[in-house]
Amino acid sequence: MKRREPLNNTQLLTTIAVCIFAVMYIAAIVTGVQGFEKFQMFFDLLNDNAYLIIISCALSIVMIGGGINISVGGVISLTVMACSIFLNNSAPQNALGIIVTLLLALGIGLAFGVGQGFLISYLEIQPFIVTLAGMFLSRGLTTMLSVEPVKVSAQTHAAFYAFRSNKIEIPFLGYIAQNGNTIPAKLEIGAVVALLVVVLSFLMLRYIKLGRNIYALGGNQQSALMLGINVKRTRFMSYVISGLLSGIAGFVFLMHKPTGNASVAMRSEMDAIAASIIGGTLLTGGVGNVIGTFFGTMILATIQKIIGMSKLNDSWWQDMASGALLGVFILLQSVILSARDKAKAKKAGAVSIAKG
Amino acid sequence: MENRVVSAKELKASKQLDKDVVLAMRGIDKRFPGTKALNKVDFTLRKGEIHALMGENGAGKSTLIKVLTGVHEKDGGSIWVEGVEGEAHIHSPQEAQDIGIATVYQEITLCPNLTVAENMFIGRNKGQMVHWKDYEKRANEILKSLGVPARAKQELGNCSLAVQQMVAIARAVDMNCKVLILDEPTSSLDDKEVQMLFGLMRDLKSRGVGIIFVTHFLEQVYEVSDRITVLRNGELVGEYPISDLPQVELVARMMGKNLDDLADLEEIGQKKTAGEKVVYQAKDLSSSESKPFDFVIHEGEVNGFTGLLGSGRSESVRAIFGADRVTGGDVQVKGKKVNITKPHDAMKAGIGYLPEDRKRDGIIADLSVRENIILALQVMKGFFHPMSKKEMEEFADEYIKALSIKTASQETPVGSLSGGNQQKVILARWLLTHPDYLILDEPTRGIDVGTKLEIQKLVLKLATEENMSITFISSEIEEMLRTCSRLIVMRDRNIVGELTGDQLTQASVMKTIAGGER
Repeated sequence: MKRREPLNNTQLLTTIAVCIFAVMYIAAIVTGVQGFEKFQMFFDLLNDNAYLIIISCALSIVMIGGGINISVGGVISLTVMACSIFLNNSAPQNALGIIVTLLLALGIGLAFGVGQGFLISYLEIQPFIVTLAGMFLSRGLTTMLSVEPVKVSAQTHAAFYAFRSNKIEIPFLGYIAQNGNTIPAKLEIGAVVALLVVVLSFLMLRYIKLGRNIYALGGNQQSALMLGINVKRTRFMSYVISGLLSGIAGFVFLMHKPTGNASVAMRSEMDAIAASIIGGTLLTGGVGNVIGTFFGTMILATIQKIIGMSKLNDSWWQDMASGALLGVFILLQSVILSARDKAKAKKAGAVSIAKG
Repeated sequence: MENRVVSAKELKASKQLDKDVVLAMRGIDKRFPGTKALNKVDFTLRKGEIHALMGENGAGKSTLIKVLTGVHEKDGGSIWVEGVEGEAHIHSPQEAQDIGIATVYQEITLCPNLTVAENMFIGRNKGQMVHWKDYEKRANEILKSLGVPARAKQELGNCSLAVQQMVAIARAVDMNCKVLILDEPTSSLDDKEVQMLFGLMRDLKSRGVGIIFVTHFLEQVYEVSDRITVLRNGELVGEYPISDLPQVELVARMMGKNLDDLADLEEIGQKKTAGEKVVYQAKDLSSSESKPFDFVIHEGEVNGFTGLLGSGRSESVRAIFGADRVTGGDVQVKGKKVNITKPHDAMKAGIGYLPEDRKRDGIIADLSVRENIILALQVMKGFFHPMSKKEMEEFADEYIKALSIKTASQETPVGSLSGGNQQKVILARWLLTHPDYLILDEPTRGIDVGTKLEIQKLVLKLATEENMSITFISSEIEEMLRTCSRLIVMRDRNIVGELTGDQLTQASVMKTIAGGER
């Protein structure tokens, strides 16, 4: 007996996010928003938002487990600042410095993940409060390291500068410039890392025990405990992963824009939460997946790009559009989910009437 | 009885259980701050039997289950489980699972956002990978062999409650449990679903699983069980084969009464015959906590709701008073249609209510005796019409004397008074508002015998002298028989009978609760 199961809530919400992204992107091309006719625009969205995609995955993972982490932006700023200072103070030609920088970024992320995870899981302190403290701490540490912006340039660290300039060029997705030359589409390393993070997170959540335990934890913590899941360890690990991903996001940010600054990735944790929600992750936990989150991030990025490219390129329009988008999405989600529940209840009712 | 009960000493000596015994609990003690929840309780479960664990709410059933499943640590006694050398020490639900004790709780303890298959295997696999294909194949096999109408790939939240429960049982069975605990499994199922569950239970029984069945539905006990253990007030009343304990006897054991023991009642006053005038009448009244019911009380009448704890007595009067969310029904007070949806409406209609849990719903421990007495009257008058201090003191004094409340002064915080005196303070609070209809829910619980009698006398006095209508609820059947001229009997949230006049005997009350002669 082969029969297809109906889409579950996670799949449904993900599908919605994918469709909305497609519609939006095609609409931008059709209505002739500047830049959208070239494929490079899609890569640019990835290049510019690679770090955001990564921390959105981080947020989705903790949110699926029923938690929250608002320290990710702060951890990025701290990572970028610490790495910038390190690079500027190490031998400019030494490629080993890049690896040490990466380890530094991972170390900072891991430290925040472990610390916050311990407080939240084992001392049972509210995740919002712990990560709020983490946010203040990381932002404070960033400013303590340097009040002035710290720029990594070709002079201060040539090896890193060369490394970050590597791009994957795909000629057939490019376009022909006015002088007849083919300009290939270019994808930065950071964007590749971001895509890799999405795929690995997806596989982890779907096929690794830890991932399934995170879903169970978000679905019903008490039940998860009764089912024999180590709830504390699962929650701890979800924060460790999100911390580690914040460190990776910091390194990706540094490759994209190699300047340490106290205002780096300001408010990005909020964008990441919005992207997760738009992508179908519920704040109540247990529902969501990172493919949806990826498209959620791209939806946010696209709308901001469209506004940026049109005449309304004041920052408040972007904010208002993001806000409106989030509102519409949540409304849409709750309407669809409640319609589903009603249909389900109706079906159940019909069954019991038939029985009676 | 054929099966001898093995003593703890013998168990220790032999270091193993009788051949057919899968679980033996001996002399289990459990204390909570202020109460002794279990006192030297014994429990024996044999292979392939369905063993009902019975008792009123608070008798210790849940505590015993929780000790067995490692949710609570026992304070004394010992547990033996088949296959475990020596005493079994169970400190967590996980450890209980590991030695073959599985529990299916009243609330479904599965994750609604995962699939049926995943719910059956999560938390059990040893490796790090999740093998979906494997899970789904095995899940479908088990579901099929047990006849559970669910598909492995289905999201659990999409299944009916009954099926979710059966999935939980399937999980337990697949874990080769020897002891399966079903804690109120039928409370949210309809009749057909209950039959499905019973079918599954009988199937498991034939496979040699010992099942502990906790329920408050008496008929269901007699439908599937082989044996009954009765607890009362944290103590073992006894273990009986089902054929030795008719339903009426079971009720008597649960309530701690002997059926033949119809001791002479001390006369506390003349019962009043009810007047003609209807004071309060409800038709199809229902609330979020109670099923629809009809109810009427006449002027000067004392009636009562009776039934086992948890049968819906308190919920019914809470619906009358508007203390729970009222969901429907027509209410008339003195012939006039009124809408009572919150306590304030009821108070305006002349209804007073003394709640069951005086600590939670009644007494404000930090306020003085005077303030507690004045409270209801003040609410009735509205906070914009304050009473003078002198007026309040006079009222307080009057009732402290009338009810002989033992307190140092009117300014003493109520929290420092004894339980009986606290109860009198709340009573005074309501009497001060001169209600036409007063509801007393367990006014005599936890207070000494002398005060109990005083309160019963007061109830009759109020009815005869002030023509007040009173609904009186008590767990002590004698108290109700002494005071009430009409008893409404409840079982499983339904009114199952009304007793008046000659029918007001302990025997007939118990028979009605048990559901006729069985």
